[in-house]
Amino acid sequence: MTYPRKHLLAIEGLEPPHIADLLDLAESYALLNRSGKTQRDLLKGRTLINLFFEDSTRTRTSFELAGKRLGADVINMSVSTSSVNKGETLLDTASTLNAMHCDLLVVRHGQSGAPSLLSQKVDAAVINAGDGTHEHPTQALLDALTIRRHKGRLEGLIVAICGDIAHSRVARSNMHLLTTMGSRVRVVGPPTLIPAEAARLGVEVFHDMKAGLAGADVVMMLRLQRERMSGGMVPSAREFFRFYGLNAEKLACAKPDSIVMHPGPMNRGVEIDSAIADHPTRSVIGEQVEMGVACRMAVLDVLARGLRRNV
Amino acid sequence: MMPDCLITNARLLDPASGLDAPGALLIRDGLIADCGAGLTAPEGAVVVDAAGACLAPGLIDLRANLGEPGAEHRETIASAAQAAAAGGITTICVLPDTDPALDDPALISFIARRGEVTGSVTLLPYGAATASCAGKELAEYGLLREAGAIAFTDGARAIASARTMRLALSYARAFGSFIIQHPEEPSLAAGGAATEGELATRLGLPGITPAAEAMMVARDIALARITSGHVHFAHVSTAAALDLIRAAKAEGLAVTCDTAPPYFDLNETAIGDYRTYAKLSPPLRTEADRQAVVAALADGTIDAIASDHQPRDADDKRLPFAQAEAGGAGLATLLGVTLARVHAGDVPMLTALGLLTARPASLLDLPQGRLAKGAPADLLLFHPDRGWKVEAGKLPGKAQNSPFDGRALEGRVLGTWKSGRRVFGG
Repeated sequence: MTYPRKHLLAIEGLEPPHIADLLDLAESYALLNRSGKTQRDLLKGRTLINLFFEDSTRTRTSFELAGKRLGADVINMSVSTSSVNKGETLLDTASTLNAMHCDLLVVRHGQSGAPSLLSQKVDAAVINAGDGTHEHPTQALLDALTIRRHKGRLEGLIVAICGDIAHSRVARSNMHLLTTMGSRVRVVGPPTLIPAEAARLGVEVFHDMKAGLAGADVVMMLRLQRERMSGGMVPSAREFFRFYGLNAEKLACAKPDSIVMHPGPMNRGVEIDSAIADHPTRSVIGEQVEMGVACRMAVLDVLARGLRRNV
Repeated sequence: MMPDCLITNARLLDPASGLDAPGALLIRDGLIADCGAGLTAPEGAVVVDAAGACLAPGLIDLRANLGEPGAEHRETIASAAQAAAAGGITTICVLPDTDPALDDPALISFIARRGEVTGSVTLLPYGAATASCAGKELAEYGLLREAGAIAFTDGARAIASARTMRLALSYARAFGSFIIQHPEEPSLAAGGAATEGELATRLGLPGITPAAEAMMVARDIALARITSGHVHFAHVSTAAALDLIRAAKAEGLAVTCDTAPPYFDLNETAIGDYRTYAKLSPPLRTEADRQAVVAALADGTIDAIASDHQPRDADDKRLPFAQAEAGGAGLATLLGVTLARVHAGDVPMLTALGLLTARPASLLDLPQGRLAKGAPADLLLFHPDRGWKVEAGKLPGKAQNSPFDGRALEGRVLGTWKSGRRVFGG
């Protein structure tokens, strides 16, 4: 197992063997979880703190479950969104955490780079659980594992990431991971929701969804944040759904055996039609959640190996 | 009464006259009494042996925020004066976007007096272009001018309304003055933290398109044309804006500009892993834009290099990048970073020094900034090659938020004189 860092702050910069090893380990945890067994001795005596400055149910629960299945003491700290926004809080929190001898720190924050700042101040290994519009590395890992289980590989696959690319940390982490692993990545959305110089990240840009989905092996939908509409980047939900929402007609452009993914929570009828979201064979949205726990177990396992053995 | 002082064995550098020759300089009664080759010390004079180091006019910093009034926790005039003396700066043009803003004659004379108290630096305050620098009603240019305001600006805030800018450019003419604009279209820049492009996309930071600068420059050039007013653009940082300014000058319009060391020494990659000390306004640009700024220094399009000193404390900067305050400390590094372009062969020595002395002096019609008989003996003695390393935490003055933290520089200030009195070195 090779993993070169103390923290997991971003996918960008990881090399193919690092990612492949993490996915292999996660795969083994997926099998373990399905078998009903646990490995509660692995993180015994370790303290895992979920520090969430933004609301999240599924990511926090997923990390909590992953930590508990490996035997860690898990504590959830939700910092109310109203009292945040001031960095003193962030760095004061860091010194509090150091005093608590936290080993593994899972951070979600509304500001890009906040976990990186925190990692410079805490002794714990920091896992970025989503920072602003920067990255969400464990989401990209779980997406990649889900794809690999269905397609047997990542290399050479055509993956279309659709919707609000500009404000999506999920999209950024997925673009980095999938291009690193040799997938052909397309981003699909209106120009107002495609980030500047997206092509420089090694992806193809499409504004016509049907063209973007043509021949795709994987269709990855993103959540459209409601505030994007108030910000004038999209005129209305109905216009967005008409041109960039995933329905049967558009999905027909992708390969017949293509899979449909969504990081949740979904806006049904805005970016995805319910019939597609619940499709028994094409939608793998439920499996993504399952793989999320396995990937987070793998990440906790690997980072804990790098911690000084003192428990 | 101070005794005469003769600085001998110097390399005299006077951008105003083009002088670059060995010689000596005589200080008497706070003024330059003589300079050139073959001077001998009058009886009773103090003699300073420069040992071949460069003697130039003290630097005139066209643009700095000094923390007073209202932000004394970041910088005070006393601490800024220390940093200025260590940096060879003897005149600072002080921005008015303080708290309260310098929009009242009493505040203008207060700042000038506070400079006199330091004894080491002349402070020349800008007046607010609009009341409270709020961008709405014009400030009292006539009264502010009488109190000593050298020109008018809203500092780091752009004058957003085209109508207000038009009125400001017109009205300032009555008092022989000009308007300094922070050239950034606010509606395009709002919320931005870095230059829009690949790097900002990778870091997930809200971007500011470089076009926000060129658009404001283009608009204000059009307004200068219809008003016959003089517009000066501060800290110009993009090739597109510089092209517009170059063309406006060729057309004969009263258009001038300055830039600041970060924009010819650093590019956007300095923000690296969310390094907030490199968060500036305007944001650091691409390498192509940096090179365009260097070219504009060399070809004369840029009229001055200003420190753009913006003191910030740790609480302003130790934040996630988008929430951190923009601005860099610049007084102590102004000369060294400018000399880096000389050492690189991009800009000749006299041209570079001229951008820090004679050219801002002529823009503001000041007597200082030249080695001439009768001029104030504001002087800078420096070794052009002696190295040092910029270390935040160890810089002179209070503000330590240098975007150049860790940068090795060649060019060290050995001595600074203000009105004939040595205020640094020796």
